[in-house]
Amino acid sequence: MKVSHPMSLIPFLFMNPKAWRRSALVLACCAVASWAQAALPIQHWTQPSGVRVYLVESHAIPMVDVQIDIDAGSRRDPAAQAGLASVMAGQIASGTRAHPKGQGPYAQAMDENQIGEAWADLGASFGVSAGADRMSFALRSLSYPDLLDKAVALAARQMAHPAFPEAIWARDRERLSAAIRESLTKPANVVQQRFASAVYGTHPYGYRSTPETLSRIGVQDLQNLHAQSLQACRASVSVVGALSRAQTDALVTRLLSLWPNTAACKTLPTVPEVASLSSAQDLNVPFDSAQAHVLMGQPGYKRNDPDFFALLVGNHILGGGGFVSRLTEQVREKRGLSYSVYSYFSPGLHAGAFTVGLQTRPDQAAQAVAVAKDVVQAFVREGPTEAELQAAKSNLVGGFALRIDSNRKLLDNVANIAWNRLPLNYLDSWTQQVGRVSVADVRRAMARVLQPERMVTVVVGAPAP
Amino acid sequence: MKPNFLLGLSLSAAMLASSCSAWAQAPQGQPKTAAPPGQAAAAQAHTFTLANGMALWVKPDRRAPTAVHMVWLRVGSMDEVDGTSGVAHVLEHMLFKGTPSLAAGEFSRRVAALGGRDNAFTAKDYTGYFQQIPSDQLEAVMRLEADRFANNQWPDAEFAKELEVVKEERRLRTEDNPRAQLHEMLSATALTASPYRRPIVGWMSDLDAMTAQDARDFYRKWYSPANAVVVVAGDVDPLQVKALADQYYGAIPTRAVPERKPREEPAQQGVRRLEFKAPAEQSYVTLAFKVPRLASLAASPEHDDALALTVLAAVLDGYSGARLERALTQGENRLADSVGAHNGLMGRGPQFFYLDGVPAKGQSPEALEAALRNQVQRVATEGVTEAELRRVKTQWVASEIYKLDSVFNQARELGVAWTLGLPPDYGPQLIARLRQVTPAQVQAVAQKYFGDDSLTVAILRPQALSGQPRARRAVSGARH
Repeated sequence: MKVSHPMSLIPFLFMNPKAWRRSALVLACCAVASWAQAALPIQHWTQPSGVRVYLVESHAIPMVDVQIDIDAGSRRDPAAQAGLASVMAGQIASGTRAHPKGQGPYAQAMDENQIGEAWADLGASFGVSAGADRMSFALRSLSYPDLLDKAVALAARQMAHPAFPEAIWARDRERLSAAIRESLTKPANVVQQRFASAVYGTHPYGYRSTPETLSRIGVQDLQNLHAQSLQACRASVSVVGALSRAQTDALVTRLLSLWPNTAACKTLPTVPEVASLSSAQDLNVPFDSAQAHVLMGQPGYKRNDPDFFALLVGNHILGGGGFVSRLTEQVREKRGLSYSVYSYFSPGLHAGAFTVGLQTRPDQAAQAVAVAKDVVQAFVREGPTEAELQAAKSNLVGGFALRIDSNRKLLDNVANIAWNRLPLNYLDSWTQQVGRVSVADVRRAMARVLQPERMVTVVVGAPAP
Repeated sequence: MKPNFLLGLSLSAAMLASSCSAWAQAPQGQPKTAAPPGQAAAAQAHTFTLANGMALWVKPDRRAPTAVHMVWLRVGSMDEVDGTSGVAHVLEHMLFKGTPSLAAGEFSRRVAALGGRDNAFTAKDYTGYFQQIPSDQLEAVMRLEADRFANNQWPDAEFAKELEVVKEERRLRTEDNPRAQLHEMLSATALTASPYRRPIVGWMSDLDAMTAQDARDFYRKWYSPANAVVVVAGDVDPLQVKALADQYYGAIPTRAVPERKPREEPAQQGVRRLEFKAPAEQSYVTLAFKVPRLASLAASPEHDDALALTVLAAVLDGYSGARLERALTQGENRLADSVGAHNGLMGRGPQFFYLDGVPAKGQSPEALEAALRNQVQRVATEGVTEAELRRVKTQWVASEIYKLDSVFNQARELGVAWTLGLPPDYGPQLIARLRQVTPAQVQAVAQKYFGDDSLTVAILRPQALSGQPRARRAVSGARH
């Protein structure tokens, strides 16, 4: 794995507003606008292996993006081995064992450097990442057949035949452990860690890797997780690029050709739901920093919640709409207390957190927390005004096209539909769904999901109260 | 990771840095097209100059009914003077605070109501403002942007509040980030006369002392039509955009752009070293070598060297498994947890070639410093292989196609080009030039630019955290 580059930490330019706003784990996405009435043509079919394929043809640029999602996110990590899914994802690049039948252009065993060189030589990229719910394989290549064929062959080999060399994992465990220790010298990471464990309790959404949990992960664990994860019947493949349906079908077949042949789809263990909080909790963590970092929130809602659109619009007004949200207005614009202040939901297969965040000079922390709490309480109690609702709808509906105006953004949206099994016309009906939301819908949904009197508030780096 | 949008591009974190030279604005009249060679799929940029000297660059991309509209000024933190460092960035924040016909914050509310998103950014070389919008709202944002470009106005109370926001931004990005602070110190140590020595966000004491008048003066001095370009990319017709630009921007009275003092950096005559103590677990070392910059695309020995240095950085660190990573982060006695190489290449001010790394547990930053230099020495002695060069060039050529996927990035590239005095098709031209670099040239620059005399070394010395809140100095500029 390539550890992130220290050089990239140089503060090269200073953006004004809300570049710092965190986006939700699963971005909702979008549909409509005059041209989308013609519908965004998502083609969908299921291959004999059971894999569900989703395609948007886009022929303007000779490139292809492919994302494969499987049910192997970190929510399945054992508590004692928190980080297991992420580690496995990272170690996919650490080496590939020889092809059992010696077939194809990359049949020989490859070490991590040979893999890196091979991708560079193709001008293509292949990455693996583990989120809370899904593990994702992402391939980007030019669509020229000679290059694309090789890229598909290499990706297929890496996915199916990782070597998981002992020495590489031992080295990367040291690097990761050191990076974790380093990260905890920064208030932004400490507050995240404390917030996650307070909101999620024992639920896996709250797990954080530590040097101790990494020390309990061995290469056998990686092999075991890998063996149980590659099930075509549970996978979705999303493709955006300069390919026809027939070409895509052939590409997906080759990408997954080395996966185990699963006649019967094995069921995976059920992951419990996130428990709601029984009382408010205020944590004040002493820390030597120039700012106090504040996170406030609680478990939110699941992605399949019927009020998804009311909650999307509601959070947009409360703290998701950048400059024009209530939180930004009250904390930043009116009082100058924080550069960045935001709220977001993280709906997933389970009720991901609702989070309000800000950072401020330590002596102002109590004031900023009080203002943010007031804003959240008032919004949950009273809901938005009609004018706020209309402004939010104008922005969301009017700006819908901005959510799908590149292959990269389309891929995110198609993968969202595929993973969450949303209807194929989801994007086409998105603006209508937003347009239907009323003030009463927002007030009812926010009041159902949020309990300001039972939220967690974590403040790192403020003076003792 | 920091969502710092200029750092997102692989090829071009290095290349976007920035530089000056007064490459003339394109001629008036009929749109002049710059056709990138070998890019049939890519639309062409159309360049115009308005009657008041303001430039207009337009790049159609009709894939979706959206557009991005930007105004870039050839003014950034390097145009500030001591005592008011950070004023270019503070002013950028104040552009959101109104005009005689628009209340504070109303600009963003209007853009949001149009379905748009807006933001702005400040760098050493330039300042930029942008809106991403449905393309049928282009006229509305051009009207808004032209209004604040010409008529930005706000009460002192708005300035006082926003200055506190900017100080919070400095605390967030720099003061609680030891490596960012180290780089701030590195610039201040490696440079003496060049304004690049000051941080973009400004020193805290300069922010404490900044007045509303400082921002207004900077605005009057630099926000002239002759010092700016309007960039539009997306689902637009260039001639219609030209008509709108004439209407909204063309009428803004022009003013002469102030003379820019050269403030040349004197030649460095010996190694400089600095140590920085901060709360951290890991040490960190960075080496900055002064190198030539690519001031234009004209052929010259210095420009050829600048290009070869960029190829050298890519050979050292351009892909997973490249030389530095392989030599220093792998194996039994590995020295580092991470390493990097980066060539500045372009900018209005002096450029550096950086080597940096985080020592592995039990290894010293000094040992890593020596090992990083040794890797460059290896190239100087042994050269690089054709396979390595082919590999990094393949990646650049592919990246020229991938970048077409983002309308925003295409507009940004145009803005960078104009502020640095480069032509609109400099991207593909640059790739073509990089492809011509030979192994011998890479070896030659490795031999030429990595001695002690132009080097500054910065080392972060980790200190244990106290675990307790920091004792606060008296806070100035208290707020209501």
